[in-house]
Amino acid sequence: MSRKKSLTLQILSFALMAAVLLAACAPAGGEESEVEVFSWWTGGGEAAGLDAMIEVFKEKNPNIEFVNSAVAGGAGTNARAVLATRLSQNEPPDSWQGHAGQELIGTYVKDEKIEPLNFLYEEEGWLDVMPKTLIPLISDGGDIYSVPVNIHRANVIWSNTQVLADNGISIPTSLDGWFEAMDALQAAGVTPLAMGEQWTAMHLFETILLASLGPDTYNGLWDGSTDWGSPDVLSALETFAKTLSYTNSDASSLSWQDASQLVVDGSAAFNVMGDWAQGFFQELGKEPNTDYGWAPVPGTSGNFQFLSDSFVLAVGAPHRDASIEWLKVAGSKDGQDAFNPVKGSIPARSDGDVSLYNVYLQSAMDDWASNTVVGSLTHGVVANDSWKSEIDTALGLYLQNKDVNAFQAALVAACVSSGPCQ
Amino acid sequence: MFARKDKLFGFLLVLPSIIAVGIFVYGFIAWSVRVSFSDWKGLTPDYTFAGLRNYFNLFVDPRFHVDVRNTVIFTVVFVLGALAIGLSLAILLDQRLPGEAFFRSLFLFPMAISFIVTGVVWRWLMNPALSADRLSGFNLLFHNLGLDFLINQWHLTPNYGMAAIALPAIWQMSGYTMALYLGGLRAVPEELREAARVDGASEFQIYRRIILPLLWPVTLSAVIILGHISLKVFDLIIAVAGKQLPLDVPSIYMWQTTFDGLFYGRGASIGILLLISVAVLIIPYLYYSLRSEGEE
Repeated sequence: MSRKKSLTLQILSFALMAAVLLAACAPAGGEESEVEVFSWWTGGGEAAGLDAMIEVFKEKNPNIEFVNSAVAGGAGTNARAVLATRLSQNEPPDSWQGHAGQELIGTYVKDEKIEPLNFLYEEEGWLDVMPKTLIPLISDGGDIYSVPVNIHRANVIWSNTQVLADNGISIPTSLDGWFEAMDALQAAGVTPLAMGEQWTAMHLFETILLASLGPDTYNGLWDGSTDWGSPDVLSALETFAKTLSYTNSDASSLSWQDASQLVVDGSAAFNVMGDWAQGFFQELGKEPNTDYGWAPVPGTSGNFQFLSDSFVLAVGAPHRDASIEWLKVAGSKDGQDAFNPVKGSIPARSDGDVSLYNVYLQSAMDDWASNTVVGSLTHGVVANDSWKSEIDTALGLYLQNKDVNAFQAALVAACVSSGPCQ
Repeated sequence: MFARKDKLFGFLLVLPSIIAVGIFVYGFIAWSVRVSFSDWKGLTPDYTFAGLRNYFNLFVDPRFHVDVRNTVIFTVVFVLGALAIGLSLAILLDQRLPGEAFFRSLFLFPMAISFIVTGVVWRWLMNPALSADRLSGFNLLFHNLGLDFLINQWHLTPNYGMAAIALPAIWQMSGYTMALYLGGLRAVPEELREAARVDGASEFQIYRRIILPLLWPVTLSAVIILGHISLKVFDLIIAVAGKQLPLDVPSIYMWQTTFDGLFYGRGASIGILLLISVAVLIIPYLYYSLRSEGEE
């Protein structure tokens, strides 16, 4: 009896081990007529936008099966971990999503994981329909590495129309005017500027850098031609310090939604946040121009500080031709006009169909076509991941000890260790 | 013959676990040590030997200083708080009052919840907003009770916010500490107390002079169990406060620098330092308890 029982057990345990081993080695099948696209768009407007773009793709390429490998969770953190594993095993998806700019370039170009796409830009005529100042920001050494699908704007100041009217303030256009307005609001007992957790402080920081330095010097920070240790940067940091003095005391316990909501609820007058806040205000049932207003962050008008989701072509893509077809759709007018109205962003092309977009997005499309385009730090355009994380640490320490000189020294060190400074 | 076969079969049964633990625990520890001695930065593994550079850099890294300080504050407040409350609850329950079983379960229940759940609830309870229209949680309670002087910023208190993060941890783990102490108290022979009473000792003196010294091994176990939890604390902080530098600890730094910043070498060295700090606490304890078990 005991022997029989132990034999059964033995068989069972070996069967279990075999099953585990088999599951681990399951082959990843692949057919010629498919394209696997990897993203973290699994919910909300993003997933709906992706579906709309997939429909466009299917119409144009009825013979190619679209494999949507979206990984949920953590604003892309999980997806990027999965992607890193697949890339290290040389099993890349055909194309994947990433923030346009250095976040992609710094990580994937250095390791030769993505192909330059200049040929596609020339064939499809994209160089004529995308802003001239955009191209260098998504290139490295003259090679363009991704196809931006949507554009968000980072340097937007949102305001509560009623609170401003009650205090006799119009949306300021200069930093000095902004500080005067916030002094008046503070005296009237209103929180002048709503801010949230640490990354929203970095978001504010990048807009203040742009406002105090101007677009050329700001761009120079990221290519090494502006000295992080210069007096200009120090005065920009001091301006940032002054801006922080107008923020709510519980900032670090608030999400960006909490902070933006303070404005539409009338608890605060201003909030600096990307234009995804506008979609959030709509969800809250607030009306543009009557409940909330917007403008470029004071001192940054004429500049469009952008961030973008884009798609790349994998080196060694299993279905390279199909992947190129996908990128053509992603960069096409049809594809972008399908994706963006649903996602709540504007097309990277300047020839989008204006009638599909709401009143805020229309104003953003005007600016996108006419402004100087500069990149966002917080959202991956101007600095690679390592550099950004060192800046984030420097900023976090600064928020704690408020030592401007130490902050500047840490920023200089970050540029040396992870940026272009030597 | 039969016994030997049984032994062999037993060994085969545990073999998969031995292999799995060997690879996934000890193999990966060895691999992490190797990474911690390298300059690996970015997605591609790079095992160029860098010696102790990552460790030296951490010792002069202001962020790591914040982490160590925060861990010390958290550990002290959490361990002392949980011990004090756990011991008090255990002594109360040991009075053999009616409803003891009910309260014993009641105090133990928080332990069944994950730190994430505790953190989400306490995030609301310890809402640090101060302006009158946005008070909530404890601060609102204080305000409604007319105890406005108690209203505070909780985990946003400058320099000592970490102490507030220890409160939910105390709430969660003091019931467990109580269970440990209750076991210890029940093991104290009734004769000792009776003898002391015959000798004219007061109840306070009995606890102070007899029972507490007898509970010393329980306290030691509790300190070690609570201590290693607090060295590794991660999820609770993320749930209460998110990622922010004033409440940074080594495990959060490790996560951010490795997966957001791609500094694999630095992340691995933080991990190894964490392992060493926990080992310093655990190994003497394991040695002591295995040896005393062997003696029995």
